Amino acid sequence: MDILSLFVVVPILTMIGILFTKDLKGARMVSAIGMGIQLLMSFNLLFQYIAERKAGNTAEMVFTKSYVWFQSFNIHYDIGVDGIAVAMIMLTSIVVFAGVFSSWMTKELPREFFISLILLSSGVFGFFISLDMFTMFLFYELAVIPMYLLIGLWGSGNKEYSAMKLTLMLMGGSALLILGLLGIYFHSAPDGGQLTFNIIEISKISIPHDTQMFFFPFLFVGFGVLGALFPFHTWSPDGHASAPTAVSMLHAGVLMKLGGYGCFRVAMFLLPDAAQEMGWLFLILTTVSVVYGAFGAIWQKDLKYINAYSSVSHCGLVIFALLMMNKTSMDGAILQMISHGLMTALFFALIGMIYGRTHTRNIFEMGGLMKVIPFISVVYVIAGLASLGLPGLSGFVAEMTIFVGSFQHADTFHRVCTILAASAIVVTAVYILRVVGILLFGPVKNPEFNHLQDATWFEKVSMITLVVSIVIIGFAPLWLSEIIRDSLTPIVERLALAGN
Amino acid sequence: MSFESLLLMRHELVLLLAIVLLLIAEIGTNDSQKSIISPLAIILFALHTIVGFLPLQEGSLFGGMFNTTNIVATMKNILNLGVLIILLQSWKWLNSPENKVKVSEFYIVLFSTLLGMFYMISAGDFLMFYIGLEIATIPLAALAAFNRHENKSAEAGIKLLLSSALSSGILLYGISMIYGTTGSIYFAEISQSISGFQPIQVMAMIFFFSGMAFKISLVPFHLWTADVYEGAPISITSYLSVISKGAAAFIFMVILFTVFKIFTPVWQDMMTAIAILTMTIGNLFALRQNNLKRYLAFSSIAQAGFILLGIISGTATGMATVVYFILVYIFSNLSAFGVVSIISAYTGKDSISDLDGMYKTNPKLSLALTLALFSLAGIPPVAGFFGKFFLFTAAAEKDFYILVLIALLNTIVSLYYYLMPVKAMFINKSESPIAYFKTDKISQLGLAISIIGMVVIGFASPIYETILSFCFGI
Repeated sequence: MDILSLFVVVPILTMIGILFTKDLKGARMVSAIGMGIQLLMSFNLLFQYIAERKAGNTAEMVFTKSYVWFQSFNIHYDIGVDGIAVAMIMLTSIVVFAGVFSSWMTKELPREFFISLILLSSGVFGFFISLDMFTMFLFYELAVIPMYLLIGLWGSGNKEYSAMKLTLMLMGGSALLILGLLGIYFHSAPDGGQLTFNIIEISKISIPHDTQMFFFPFLFVGFGVLGALFPFHTWSPDGHASAPTAVSMLHAGVLMKLGGYGCFRVAMFLLPDAAQEMGWLFLILTTVSVVYGAFGAIWQKDLKYINAYSSVSHCGLVIFALLMMNKTSMDGAILQMISHGLMTALFFALIGMIYGRTHTRNIFEMGGLMKVIPFISVVYVIAGLASLGLPGLSGFVAEMTIFVGSFQHADTFHRVCTILAASAIVVTAVYILRVVGILLFGPVKNPEFNHLQDATWFEKVSMITLVVSIVIIGFAPLWLSEIIRDSLTPIVERLALAGN
Repeated sequence: MSFESLLLMRHELVLLLAIVLLLIAEIGTNDSQKSIISPLAIILFALHTIVGFLPLQEGSLFGGMFNTTNIVATMKNILNLGVLIILLQSWKWLNSPENKVKVSEFYIVLFSTLLGMFYMISAGDFLMFYIGLEIATIPLAALAAFNRHENKSAEAGIKLLLSSALSSGILLYGISMIYGTTGSIYFAEISQSISGFQPIQVMAMIFFFSGMAFKISLVPFHLWTADVYEGAPISITSYLSVISKGAAAFIFMVILFTVFKIFTPVWQDMMTAIAILTMTIGNLFALRQNNLKRYLAFSSIAQAGFILLGIISGTATGMATVVYFILVYIFSNLSAFGVVSIISAYTGKDSISDLDGMYKTNPKLSLALTLALFSLAGIPPVAGFFGKFFLFTAAAEKDFYILVLIALLNTIVSLYYYLMPVKAMFINKSESPIAYFKTDKISQLGLAISIIGMVVIGFASPIYETILSFCFGI
């Protein structure tokens, strides 16, 4: 078994393991062990990847394996990773690991919950290791569909509506994707050779200009729906607000990144001419996402809605940075994906913990939580500071890189977009500090809250895993940035070539 | 013609033998011994299915009236598997007290219609095709009216009979025009003598098209479907929706590819319009259904629209994707019908709202139905995903991108209603959910086969590759 396929096999084995357990205790134990192994494996992958690069392997993808699947369509099970995929796999395994601990006390149908959660994560892992668009898409759908049950069954509030809306919108996105993928597939051999779904092979040829222009919007919007691109983001606030804690974590933290990742790995990488020509349109939309998300968050009272809108803003920034199409900004985009993944997961975990204690998510019904549950509150402040981009935490690194990269464009259009997007950072500070002020400081509003218990050990495991990751990236971003930059080279070069 | 060449009709001969043996068994048993009929029928049919998979020569009989090719044999095997599953699934219903006396009729009549379908898909001329079609259809009407004391069932029978008669009339009219202008009923000869766009021949094609559209229940020829599906016993409904539809779609495709290949641009245009209508209307009507049988009826109309996406391309890939999709569809739909028929046989309930809260009481059945619906909706990891994706690929290959886009949008609509029973079973709360019940072994076996098939067919690429190696394009 190769090192990458294990990332799909271990979750499957974990799911089978959960089937043999009887209750919550067994299910969470097996999940924790399985995802713990997954976390160790992803560290191992990181070290092996760095070692491989040090040894002088300069191939675009490493650890590649290819098995023929449907011969007549030339569909392969092709796997391989570059630095970006390794980073995303790291992110996923950290968030899933934390997610399992956040759902430690799931009372209703615990086995089914953990199975769905891990099924979702196996789809995500599969997506990141795939090099063949067919298998990539298969894993993508596999990651999306468990969301329906996860939200509908274990969610809260208007969950049935949210679950259906989210599922239909994301599946709508994937319907557009199929068309785009087929379009690329049937133009992948302009000289009459064998058609292929392999991303690396397609990136070596150039698809006719008109074809690119026709299919680019389908692919970009298809992935953009999952990346909360304005105006296709409306599933996100409802979905995140209704989802159970671990699912919000995984969804905002990882699943939305599938959108951004697909945008550059498939849409922009394979259709660079169209990306250059139509980029402006989507740049406007993402700028709207960034600003709109931030302003949206100011007006919300529900903690989860605040964070969901903030995710729209931050994920908008990812696509924004990708569309700037230079190395620095794209580097920032990947860093932002990871940084946002970690801190939004932390936020949702914290919100879950607070809600579990106070049974309300309305910020005006709470206050002075710092006095009663200090551990959780301090971590909330850290998450908030990371989110508004305080130096020393991951958010700063990512946003700084993005704006440095964006300002490299000298023309007015890009400048204006950049300034608008950068101004959203100020708004972010407003809504974060507002929530921190109302929620954590001041007098304790509800006397019942005086008896709240602070974090339990499993909650601490979840929080500490995420906080440590955020701080590590905040203080030592260079190693991460380096492996990302190297892997960006082929993409940026191809885009630059198309631009000239 | 030697005696050995008759072995080209092996599928039909073995099935006929099974029918005769059942007749003898029926005559030779008295009322108390009737309980052996069901096991006997199932064993005979299982043997027949296995024999069908033995390697077979290609060739034709009776001067080209009857053809045996690998793809036809594959198609027959697919139908056999489907019927075998249906037999297992109808066990419980068939052995209920009111049906005990007419068990052998059920098997004999069912096998006869299958025999008709075999002749129909093997046909090399319009005569054999038409005879096969009628052998397949008339007994079906009897089966639809099998619960003869129920008004609905009787209504289903007469509706099926009348609408088939009408469609056969239209079909025959088309065939007569072909015969009138070409002087032949043999597919091979006709395709050679049709050389240009003679209006009457185009007209003949349109009549033929409409007649077949009735059988496959394409919009706007679908109006009989929902009532018949609702009224007929569930086993027959599932037979109608998978076996009968699959066989008709297959021969429809073959005739379009061979006899009417010169009119390809014409039927492609017609088919684009009809595919869009069928998918959209089927889906929109399915949205509002509460009765599970009607619901699956409209879903099967929509699925027929998807099948057209493979036919429209006119390539070998298209044909392979259609046959593959039929295979996938048989297994997925039979899994869904299997669960529905088990629920209906044990509790007498058959509406979506009855499923509320069922996961808590009957988790395995709920999971089975969920997987089946996911497969119908085209969601991985079950086979429906592969089936649909390949159909889209086949259509996109010939640049039908707009059609593919509309089909894709339709999958979203369909996802909504395929999730409705899932929502009912998992999410909805109910005061009185369907109580736990233990399913008998035979029904379990039938369901298990269809579900395992549904999972395996997708991942096992050799199945698709084998089908493709037998297919041909225009």
